[in-house]
Amino acid sequence: MTAGVPVTAARWMLFGEWRAHPARVVTAALAIAIGVALGFAVHLVNASALASFDRALSSVNGAADLQVRAATPTGFAERLYPRIARVPGVAGISPVVELPARAAHIAPDATGPGRGRVTLIGLDPLRAAAVTPSLIGPPGGEDSVLLSRAALAALGRRPRQSVTLVAAGRSHAFTIAGVLSGAGDDQAIAVIDIAAAQWRFGQLGRLQRLDIRLGAGADPAAVRRAITAALPADAILTTPDADAQRTDSLSRAYRVNLEMLAMVALLTGGFLVYSAQSLSVARRGPQFALLRVLGLPRRALLVQILVEGAALGLVGSLLGIALGQALADLAVTRLGGDLGGGYFGAATPQLAFAPGPAAVFAGIGIIVAMVSSLVPARAAAAAAPAVALKTSGDLGDPRRAARLWPGLALLSTGGLAALAPPIAGLPLLGYAAMALLLAGGVAIMPALVRLLLGPLHRLPGLPPAIDLALKRLWGAPQQAAVALCGIVASTSLMVAMAVMVASFRGSVDDWLVAILPSDIYLHLEGAEGGGLDPAAQARLAATPGIASIAFVRQVPLRLSADRPAVQLTAQPIDPAAPGRRLLLVGPSVPVPAGATAVWVSEAMVWLYDARPGTRLVLPIGGRAQPVFVAGVWRDYARQFGAIAIADSDYVRLTGDAGKSEAAIDARPGIGADRLIPALRRALPPGLAGQALFGQPRQLRTMALSIFDRSFAITYALEAIAIIIGLVGVAATFSAQTLARTREFGMLRHIGVRRRQIGAMLAAEGALLGLVGGVAGLALGVVMSQVLIHVVNPQSFHWTMDTRLPWGLFAALLTALVAAAAGTALLAGRRALSGDAVRAVREDW
Amino acid sequence: MLVPLSPALSVTGLAKAVPGGRLLFQGLDLAVAPGEIIAIMGESGIGKSTLLNLIAGLDRPDAGTIAIAGDALAGLDDDAATRLRRDRLGFVFQAFHILPHLTLAQNIALPLVLAHKPAGDALTAAEAVLAKVGLPGRGGDYPAQVSGGELQRIAIARALVHRPALILADEPTGNLDPDTADRILALLLAEARASGAAAVIVTHSDRAAAIADRVLVLTAAGLVPRTA
Repeated sequence: MTAGVPVTAARWMLFGEWRAHPARVVTAALAIAIGVALGFAVHLVNASALASFDRALSSVNGAADLQVRAATPTGFAERLYPRIARVPGVAGISPVVELPARAAHIAPDATGPGRGRVTLIGLDPLRAAAVTPSLIGPPGGEDSVLLSRAALAALGRRPRQSVTLVAAGRSHAFTIAGVLSGAGDDQAIAVIDIAAAQWRFGQLGRLQRLDIRLGAGADPAAVRRAITAALPADAILTTPDADAQRTDSLSRAYRVNLEMLAMVALLTGGFLVYSAQSLSVARRGPQFALLRVLGLPRRALLVQILVEGAALGLVGSLLGIALGQALADLAVTRLGGDLGGGYFGAATPQLAFAPGPAAVFAGIGIIVAMVSSLVPARAAAAAAPAVALKTSGDLGDPRRAARLWPGLALLSTGGLAALAPPIAGLPLLGYAAMALLLAGGVAIMPALVRLLLGPLHRLPGLPPAIDLALKRLWGAPQQAAVALCGIVASTSLMVAMAVMVASFRGSVDDWLVAILPSDIYLHLEGAEGGGLDPAAQARLAATPGIASIAFVRQVPLRLSADRPAVQLTAQPIDPAAPGRRLLLVGPSVPVPAGATAVWVSEAMVWLYDARPGTRLVLPIGGRAQPVFVAGVWRDYARQFGAIAIADSDYVRLTGDAGKSEAAIDARPGIGADRLIPALRRALPPGLAGQALFGQPRQLRTMALSIFDRSFAITYALEAIAIIIGLVGVAATFSAQTLARTREFGMLRHIGVRRRQIGAMLAAEGALLGLVGGVAGLALGVVMSQVLIHVVNPQSFHWTMDTRLPWGLFAALLTALVAAAAGTALLAGRRALSGDAVRAVREDW
Repeated sequence: MLVPLSPALSVTGLAKAVPGGRLLFQGLDLAVAPGEIIAIMGESGIGKSTLLNLIAGLDRPDAGTIAIAGDALAGLDDDAATRLRRDRLGFVFQAFHILPHLTLAQNIALPLVLAHKPAGDALTAAEAVLAKVGLPGRGGDYPAQVSGGELQRIAIARALVHRPALILADEPTGNLDPDTADRILALLLAEARASGAAAVIVTHSDRAAAIADRVLVLTAAGLVPRTA
């Protein structure tokens, strides 16, 4: 063995200890197992969901080498097609119309797998055969459609039946000619002839994409450069890599956050291992001293204890990997591939065992267990053998001041890390800051125990039980800190998450109230390419009972090939008072004469550096339109950015007067239940089926229920971390109490009654719970600020206002004190119930 | 030509003060011949255990030199001192210090496995020594299954199993009743002599001292022979 550790002695010591204290080994290994299981399960589900999403993307794209895609759903002019076809190196090119569509026979607000949504693709079969053969099926007529298996399921139809598809505000009936066998099983695709797509759905002269195949020997970089040079402002060149990156970025922050939460559970498990190892090492101090006297080198003892930690980690990790696989299966079945996050739609990913990630997570489990053993191992190796041999490892000098600087150094480093910018778009240093703050908080506990209990332990006239408890905690702060680290770690992490979620939910609620001031909201499903024309708007505005109506145009804009589209929202904004319609964050800047003002969401500042006073170029109206960023607004709906522009400016720049949404205020005394049917009747017949009406209360309830659903997995992970922490507290109390049997025996001999010892233990537990709870609350609030001001803005590009859930704090503190006192008392009853000989050999 | 044997222990001009500055002893000299049994007596707190710690390389003297079977401790780093302790010294403690989760044979075999001897050989040697100390065939038992006197027999077996040059025993009978103490001392003496090891026994017990070849008393002025 390395470092001179005698293998046989190491094996004897390890298995001897495990045989003597199996409960401790099982608890510590389980703590690691649960952390590893959560990490592995979340990773497995995420990776499988992402792979499934990628397969779906490949199905729609048909595996072209390159694609030219429209920057907006209205597409680009089809005259681009021959220009790109002439670019040297392009061997094949297939023009495509791509529209979101739904079945007319299914309600637009239907949910679930059979909700009737498909991606409608219009192709020229002859051209597509050479570029994207997977999108080609049996030939059919002009009014025939080929459906993927998932599309057949989504529409509830079989081959040779008829189906009416609605897209871009128009509908048309098709006969299902056959099954598109080349598409992935989980992607709902409908393929029709390109001419039918352009004619039937109002896309004449427009295309949404060009699929390109490169010639053999063509220089991809040169072809990309030539195509990019030929592109108009409303088209963008993408590659399979960029598509994959876009897919990845869609849910990346959410996935990383989940994985980090799982790591939090592992970290809490690490504290439990630390606690178990510290107690074990303290208890075995004389044994280690004996080994040192008999000839075990200092370094070999250090390695021996680290190996014990690694063995615990290995057992826990192997268990965790098996548990994680089972957990992933269960999570996918119950919560879906995005674990409730809403990123991957209804697709259920296929789970397969992943040996690589399994090895990585097992390795992380082992490393956490080893790192957790490092401090006790160093303490054991540094102990003077001659002294340790004659003590029970519990002879701390109460006069000795606890060291404060290591904890303060960790806290300061954590504070500095929180100020650092994101790395690769992720708040990695933000997470590091959280870990450092946690470690620092735990490290200052001995000094904090002294500080908080200092005034109390000098109080005269206290009952003997309380007095003994106070003197014990004050006099042995290191031992108190070992018990406290589990409480502080789990409490602070829970408080940090609870404050963040409460702040987030409160801010979302405020935002919903601010953005939903009207009585009724109208949204047209699938109206990205068209919607309400001016005549339809006039008819709606003339509906009796309406006090006012404001129309909105929502247009997805693709500003970058490797990022999801941003949402351009044209609405009646008064440039002099944009705050009336937008929840502004920070001041607005004056708009230069002649410039077109836009207001961007916070995500735009993070992702596109669109700070107030800068200029953006928007690919709208077939041209690159420069606009001026006049201010920033808060938007929790679109993580990848939104741009608000005055309605009149949008129409002026694009000539597009169509609208896709409306906010309606009713006259006094006119209820929404009367007005909504009237509005529906006023809609053009082709759009009535696409109309979704909502009222602020319903929309708010729905939005908050989506919020709660997406945080459900967060709550579950958090609860598990807390349970691990509480198990650690119970284990620590039990171990410490049993280790003090001789002390209790002595107290009993000098006249302390059994009940008084019980009261002393309960008081110790309650004091520890109180000190740990107060410290955990304070540390948690500090860590919540990192979550709120660093992790969230860097991950999701939005900010929020801090809200402190005082009720939860009070409940948590009460529960902690009660649980700690109860656990200590229970452990004490066991320690006091047997004779001294049995008690010292007893395992908990 | 005969090569003279090095003394099992040679201490010259040893001085040691406690952290507070109080001088425990200075100018202390001691030579122990191979196979010789020395008993050291003295008042509590005079520094007897400290002297043993210094001899074992577990503490460092303020002045003077110590050599075990000709090897000087001065200048040895912690690892080298540990190796020397492992190979040349055997220990018997008042509190036995038997590891509760190892079998009796494993406890005895510890010095051998710490020296990287194969486990099978070490356990065989342990069983053999176990028989010598009067506990044949008990190697598979655990410490909880034996009495205090038997635990000290295990400790003596552990001190002898690797054939050390010198055994250091700190109050080896302090936790035993007089009859058991007599039997343990007799055993320690017999086995030490049989293996050719010298022994330094720190004790308060006149009965323990009576079996030694020499009895010395530790004073601030050093070690002086006990007068009757």
